[in-house]
Amino acid sequence: MLFGYAWDTSSNWAFAVSILPILLQGMIVTLEATVLGFFIAAVLGLIFAVLRAVPLRLVSWPTIFIVEFFRDTPLLIQLFFLYFVLPEYGLLLPAFLTGAVALGVQYSAYTSEVYRAGLEAVDRGQGEASRALNLPPAHTFIKIILPQAIPRIIPALGNYLISIMKDVPVLSVVTVVEMLNVAKIIGDRTFQYMIPLTMVGALYLIMTLLASYLVRTLDNRLPTQGIPLK
Amino acid sequence: MTDTLVKFDRVTKRFGDFTVLKDLDFEVKKGEKVTIIGPSGSGKSTVLRVLMTLEPINEGVVYVDGRPLWHEEKNGRLVPAGEAHLREMRRSLGMVFQQFNLFPHMTVRRNLIEAPVRVLGLSRKEANKRAEELLAMVGLTDQADKYPQQLSGGQQQRVGIARALAMRPQVLLFDEPTSALDPELVGDVLKVIQQLAEEHDLTMLLVTHEMDFARQISDRVCFFDQGTVCEEGPPEQIFKTPKNQRTREFLHAVLHPNE
Ligand SMILES: Nc1ncnc2c1ncn2[C@@H]1O[C@H](COP(=O)(O)OP(=O)(O)OP(=O)(O)O)[C@@H](O)[C@H]1O
Ligand SMILES: [Mg+2]
Repeated sequence: MLFGYAWDTSSNWAFAVSILPILLQGMIVTLEATVLGFFIAAVLGLIFAVLRAVPLRLVSWPTIFIVEFFRDTPLLIQLFFLYFVLPEYGLLLPAFLTGAVALGVQYSAYTSEVYRAGLEAVDRGQGEASRALNLPPAHTFIKIILPQAIPRIIPALGNYLISIMKDVPVLSVVTVVEMLNVAKIIGDRTFQYMIPLTMVGALYLIMTLLASYLVRTLDNRLPTQGIPLK
Repeated sequence: MTDTLVKFDRVTKRFGDFTVLKDLDFEVKKGEKVTIIGPSGSGKSTVLRVLMTLEPINEGVVYVDGRPLWHEEKNGRLVPAGEAHLREMRRSLGMVFQQFNLFPHMTVRRNLIEAPVRVLGLSRKEANKRAEELLAMVGLTDQADKYPQQLSGGQQQRVGIARALAMRPQVLLFDEPTSALDPELVGDVLKVIQQLAEEHDLTMLLVTHEMDFARQISDRVCFFDQGTVCEEGPPEQIFKTPKNQRTREFLHAVLHPNE
């Protein structure tokens, strides 16, 4: 019995069918953690990318250090830090939120790199032409540079969305009941691990294929008119 | 003195340890068409980029219309200028780039009206009218709603010229406007520039490797070498009776490349 659903161990088939709704409950948590983690990574990464580009070492160097730190330490350490250390300083977040933040922080290091590469891929002459026309710097960034960087950024961000999804099971160590954790609980109680684990693998496959498809569709719909994408 | 529009006063520009412009003295008068020629790396583009405020200087003063470009006066002393001053000074300057640098995600029309609307405060209608006049002038009346990539290089460069003109600059800078073009497309662009030179009192400063063209349109030709003006004078004199040995060698090399 889990989430109000009972399992039926009379046959393999019956078992599989009976635990599917339970696994789907876990899948919702997995998807929620993915979306929230991705959102944090996308926003934080953009902030890091912009701070890094500030021509003031007092700002750019600490940013580079922080990004490097996030990238070069394992997700699990960041997760433990947020989950076990922060509460000592009075910051107590629910497990789910802690997990999503840890994912977001870790992946912000990667997404900031995506933004940076995307922005740098825009020809320097674009900024110069804009300056020569006396367009203000903010206008140049938003109307000239960014629209040319976005079609390069989206596909790479999409890949990280899928990576985040595949990292969500790590959150089970801080008690987040995501899909893999659900499968493990079922296994612990029924002593049947193979079927739930296989099903989780299959569900993951479906999710990642679907996500790839969505990212590709979005990518094809983006207005790339005229933008030379090498 | 009043008819001097651009003046470099002992300007030095360095990239790290490398001195690109050395104590450069150089002037352009109002309405004058000046071409800069010279070997690769002699600092020709740098002169234009300094004027367009794309590249700051290390020493000396650049004047545009009598006012220091890279400096502001504070308590009788010249101090490095802030962005507001640069913005104001940039209003008199326009640039046509070797690689065109059109905005690829905007139609030709948007390319032409973006800055007049945003910077000069023209209404869309006014800007559009101005854009259409300019497109007619450069012979691209029907291309307004295409994207730059749908045009040939020569057409793109003519859009580049129209885009710069839409801001009504006093000085128009051209950095090798035809170097990135296939040979058969060069003529159309040169024709537009020549027409501009003949019909307008626009001041033009042009870097080019097209020697015949330089001879036709310039009031004065400057031969640059190692960051200074090595020799300057009317085109006939520079091309027929160059005084300086380096000018002679350079002209010989470009005019008779196969000898
Ligand atoms: N951003 C930069 N950083 C370092 N060196 C630079 C930079 N821009 C130009 N230079 C150097 O300054 C020198 C002069 O450059 P510039 O572009 O003005 O030459 P040029 O006369 O226009 O040459 P070309 O005919 O090849 O265009 C070159 O040696 C170049 O390598
Ligand atoms: Mg050059």
